[in-house]
Amino acid sequence: MDELKLYTWIAVGGTFALYFFIAWWARAGSTSEFYAAGGGITPLQNGMAIGADWMSAASFISMAGLIAFLGYGGSVFLMGWTGGYVLLALCLAPYMRKHGKFTVPEFIGDRYYSKTARIVAVVCLIIASLTYIIGQMKGVGVAFSMFLEVEYDMGLYIGMAVVFVYATLGGMKGITYTQIAQYCVLITAYTIPAVFISLQLTGNPIPQLGLGSTLADGSGVYLLDKLDQVVAELGFKEYTTSTLGDVEMFAYTLSLMIGTAGLPHVIMRFFTVPSVKAARQSAGYALVFIALLYTVAPAVGAMARFNLMNTIEPAAGQNLEYSERPQWFKDWEKTGLLKFEDKNGDGKIKYTADKEVNEMVKVDRDIMVLANPAIANLPNWVIALVAAGGLAAALSTAAGLLLAISSAISHDLMKGVLIPGMDEKTELRSSRIVMTISVCVAGYLGLNPPGFAAGTVALAFGLAASSIFPVLMMGIFSKKMNSKAAIAGMCSGIGVTMLYVFQHKGIMFIPGTSFLGGMEPNWFFGISPNAFGSVGAFVNFSVAFIVLKATAPAPSHIQELVNNFRTPHGEVASTHSH
Amino acid sequence: MEDKQSYWSENLRLIFICLAIWFVVSFGFGLLLVEPLNEIRLGGYKLGFWFAQQGSIYTFVGLIFWYGKKMNALDKKYNVEDV
Repeated sequence: MDELKLYTWIAVGGTFALYFFIAWWARAGSTSEFYAAGGGITPLQNGMAIGADWMSAASFISMAGLIAFLGYGGSVFLMGWTGGYVLLALCLAPYMRKHGKFTVPEFIGDRYYSKTARIVAVVCLIIASLTYIIGQMKGVGVAFSMFLEVEYDMGLYIGMAVVFVYATLGGMKGITYTQIAQYCVLITAYTIPAVFISLQLTGNPIPQLGLGSTLADGSGVYLLDKLDQVVAELGFKEYTTSTLGDVEMFAYTLSLMIGTAGLPHVIMRFFTVPSVKAARQSAGYALVFIALLYTVAPAVGAMARFNLMNTIEPAAGQNLEYSERPQWFKDWEKTGLLKFEDKNGDGKIKYTADKEVNEMVKVDRDIMVLANPAIANLPNWVIALVAAGGLAAALSTAAGLLLAISSAISHDLMKGVLIPGMDEKTELRSSRIVMTISVCVAGYLGLNPPGFAAGTVALAFGLAASSIFPVLMMGIFSKKMNSKAAIAGMCSGIGVTMLYVFQHKGIMFIPGTSFLGGMEPNWFFGISPNAFGSVGAFVNFSVAFIVLKATAPAPSHIQELVNNFRTPHGEVASTHSH
Repeated sequence: MEDKQSYWSENLRLIFICLAIWFVVSFGFGLLLVEPLNEIRLGGYKLGFWFAQQGSIYTFVGLIFWYGKKMNALDKKYNVEDV
């Protein structure tokens, strides 16, 4: 066994052992601990747990790669996936915490005094969360197969087993403490290579500053200027100005922001803190912990792109001989994610924007973060750490999503609607059973990902943005909003978004069934299906207010309920135990 | 009851101020005004690009803590702190 593989096994095995230990130590004894960790998590702990819960395989592995190739256009992910926390902290979390229930559908059911509203919310939640979870399970499988040369399937089974143990045993309590550990693992794994690379390229160890610094080669040229020049010479769009189109970028950013604020597995985390004040605070801490990664990511992206370009063409016109390619190049060729085709037969690698003569026929975006340490010649233990970090990111998000799904089914559907008289012990047992089934479904979807898996994460945001976010906002800020309007809003919002996605990407994503085609000319104002959640949300709001005009406003006891959760002080509405 | 009303309207005013800043730094400086701002440099960064990839995120963090601090003071003023 070579050194790299040994280190990787130690890093992955060590972190997994840690997660198991924490799960055993923090196992849940009551439904309150299972759903909301007994309401006793401090804001700082909760912030860290939200960070891990939130930052998925997409943030850890894919985002910097996307930025590397989109340049300025990649800003939609940076602003979109952080800006939502402002909405959460100001408009949702404090009031939902005050109301004091376990799940998002339960809040919606209470506020809209309607079991139907609660069930519709459960359905929206499951659609959005399942779409999201497929990406995580794939991430686990891919990380295992790349770093440890384990079969993809086997990697997925190992991941399922790990999540199963700590999620079913510990519920929210176990997941919270495990996520705190996972945050530490993933942020270390992300930052260390970035610091090394920033130091190598610019002499500045802080990546956020390195990105705005001059190159360390003594030329006095700024890194970003050099990058702009290099990519432009090869015919690519200039790095710092390449845009996705004005309307698209606006809609995409908005969709990701309000999707962030509408994703139930994140909102649920605010039910774990002891007070309204702590809910506001933990949103702030969460964003600090998230920003630690999100402000480093653009540096990682730009520097990875710079290193890649430089390796292939160290000076203009001097292309790398294929026979002299570095070891990481060979390794990634084996995975099929990097492909070279010697079109002009000169034995040299030519990488340009012109498809006719470009010889780097495939450079998968996802490999940028994973290959980055190797491209920069960093030591093997750093590469091993990145593997453990990627797994931590995928597993922590998967666990949070599984908890959101299983609590929606056991607490909202079974206890809330079907078997109201269920006692706590039975509910705890049934939520563990539902969790087990959810793990299996997630694993199955990871093994047989529907053809659309690549773009699924962005779609999950669109679905949450168009369904859950608007009804929560209206429930808090409009006292008169009634159940009929909210239900009509949710159904039409998620409906129009799914219709748009299906008509461009195929019904249930089956190729060939898309009746308008995936073609850009047919897009509504040039908005891509991934960015359509913002339009869906607009439809949701509009339909709800139109229906509200035609129907009677919410009854007075509901308006009183709204008054109650708008102020931190006083009785909570439920039997939330502390 | 009246107290609760003015507590809520002061809260709404704070939310409005924060969201205005939130919108200006991200959608404003990062997207709509990116081209004119890119004429200005911040070290190696073009300013519009910096807002889109760095500045907006720092502002978001600051906004949440500022709002939290203001609300704690407001809770005290109206005596509605939770226990």
